[in-house]
Amino acid sequence: MTANVPIRKTFWKRHWLGKTLVTIWEAPKFPTIVLLLFILCGILGPAITPHDPNKTSFRDSLTPPFWMEGGKVTYILGTDHLGRDILSRIIVGAGVSLQIGVMVVIFAGLIGSLVACVAGYIGGRTDMILMRLLDMVLSMPFLIVAVTLAAILGASKYNLIIIMACVAWAWYARVLRAEVLRLKEGDFVRLAIVAGASKARIMLRHIFPNIVNSLVVLATLNLGVVIIAEASLSFLGLGVPPPDPAWGSMISEGRNYIGQAWWLCAWPGVAILLVVLSFNLLGDWLRVRLDPKFRQV
Amino acid sequence: MNDVVLELKDLKTHFFTKAGVVKAVDGVNFTVRRGETLGVVGESGCGKSITCLSILRLVPQPAGRIVGGQVLLNGVDILTKSDREMRHIRGKDISMILQDPMLSLNPVFTIGNQVGEPIRLHQKLDRRAVWNKILEMLSRVKIPSPEVRAREYPHQMSGGMRQRIVGAMMLSCQPQLLIADEPTTALDVTIQAQFLKLFKEIQLQSNLSMIVVTHDFGIVAKVCDRVVVMYAGKVVENAPIRELFNHPSHPYTVALMESLPKMDRTEKRLYSIDGQPPDLRNIPPGCSFRPRCSQPMEICAEKEPETREIQPGHTISCWRTL
Repeated sequence: MTANVPIRKTFWKRHWLGKTLVTIWEAPKFPTIVLLLFILCGILGPAITPHDPNKTSFRDSLTPPFWMEGGKVTYILGTDHLGRDILSRIIVGAGVSLQIGVMVVIFAGLIGSLVACVAGYIGGRTDMILMRLLDMVLSMPFLIVAVTLAAILGASKYNLIIIMACVAWAWYARVLRAEVLRLKEGDFVRLAIVAGASKARIMLRHIFPNIVNSLVVLATLNLGVVIIAEASLSFLGLGVPPPDPAWGSMISEGRNYIGQAWWLCAWPGVAILLVVLSFNLLGDWLRVRLDPKFRQV
Repeated sequence: MNDVVLELKDLKTHFFTKAGVVKAVDGVNFTVRRGETLGVVGESGCGKSITCLSILRLVPQPAGRIVGGQVLLNGVDILTKSDREMRHIRGKDISMILQDPMLSLNPVFTIGNQVGEPIRLHQKLDRRAVWNKILEMLSRVKIPSPEVRAREYPHQMSGGMRQRIVGAMMLSCQPQLLIADEPTTALDVTIQAQFLKLFKEIQLQSNLSMIVVTHDFGIVAKVCDRVVVMYAGKVVENAPIRELFNHPSHPYTVALMESLPKMDRTEKRLYSIDGQPPDLRNIPPGCSFRPRCSQPMEICAEKEPETREIQPGHTISCWRTL
């Protein structure tokens, strides 16, 4: 295709940063914008909030969004029962969701792909033991395990990450192992053995890069699930301890006032919906984009 | 005798399955000299590929096992080597080309990256040197504009190019022996000739020995110096190329030659050998080709024929030529 055309070393085609920017530009706009906003909120957090997210003000409690009667322009999305600004709490809550989501996905993805490679490539008894362990993890109801573990370990952000990673890896391992089984029969793996590569090298250099695409797609889809799980646990009071805001606990607190003040539950709910939807849309797009057939030099 | 690169002595590879022991390779002897091309011919399931895999000790585990014999590489038995030592032999002393070039390359790496893999594994060179070596190998297998191609991915190449790239990868550490398991089966006929010519050239340049597994006598005639005919896990005839085509002696070889289409004869139907190759789980006593042989004798059912030399360098296993 491009054999005879000399490639100009432009920034956009050659430099990794340029290529990344081009990729982001080519991505579907809606989820990209939502997620960039989400990540921005997550990183900057308290620095860009209009109010202190934890400052209570009983005078302003249950102020509706600004366009409604009794709404104030300073509280764009209204305030909760303690008079805290909902927008600020959502922005800071994004940081919690982002941290937990990313950490869980990284840990679970790494453990999951490691188990998948070892079980799939080595096979035999190793495979059997690992897969039965995985069946055990997958057969336990997630919320009950999480509640039990949270009760033992105590509710905190880091325990939440550990709990969710302990459960989520099995899902990655199950899907990726099937991929490894398909790949290891491939001639290129055999050629690598012929070339004199060791087992560890084959797993790391020949099989793992082939499952990275699936891993990334799984991770984006899983990120949505993890954010919802985090919200569920926060809703049950097992997540981030109050008064620090988390989207799940915001919905949980707003539940009591839902008759008079819908905005307490609605805004964090919309935030969860938008972020999870965007991750799923982006995951679908990535699945196509990461196919090596779309890669060009 | 020191020009012998590889010698197989009574090699036996069996598969232990629930239905019984499959004797896929059952006492194979042959030698490959330096710079020589040995053709291994036979029908499907006669043990050609398993013989090759046994040389590299890559018999599918855990069912398959090499149960006896020796594989001598430069006089040293490699069946006694440890796995670690074996890894140093693979790719460096012996390498292999597989049948389907579409599956032989890893889709997520660039061509250059993959051609460089054996170099990185077996030679300590810095990145610049590895890259130069990759380009050198690619131009040796006549890939046009190697600097561009080395940065591309396998799906951007045609089948013939991919097979040449696999060749470049496998020759990059200058092995003494290259095993090609039906290297041209998946290529179309015009590319086949090109590919064979290229390998003949490379072989002459670097004094490489090759084992070419095939069922195509055309390829055998074009590239091989010596041919081994296998049947049911055994070598039935082993002869220099001219000798084999002029005086095929084993009934099986004769029958194989008969079943080739010929330009100078007009026949309605192509000759085919009756029957099926024997079940390798229970090979009948005596000669394993007897049920399909055109001139069986009584002794054939009783005793297995021994291998005898009927001409210098031409051995066969058949009672009829006594």
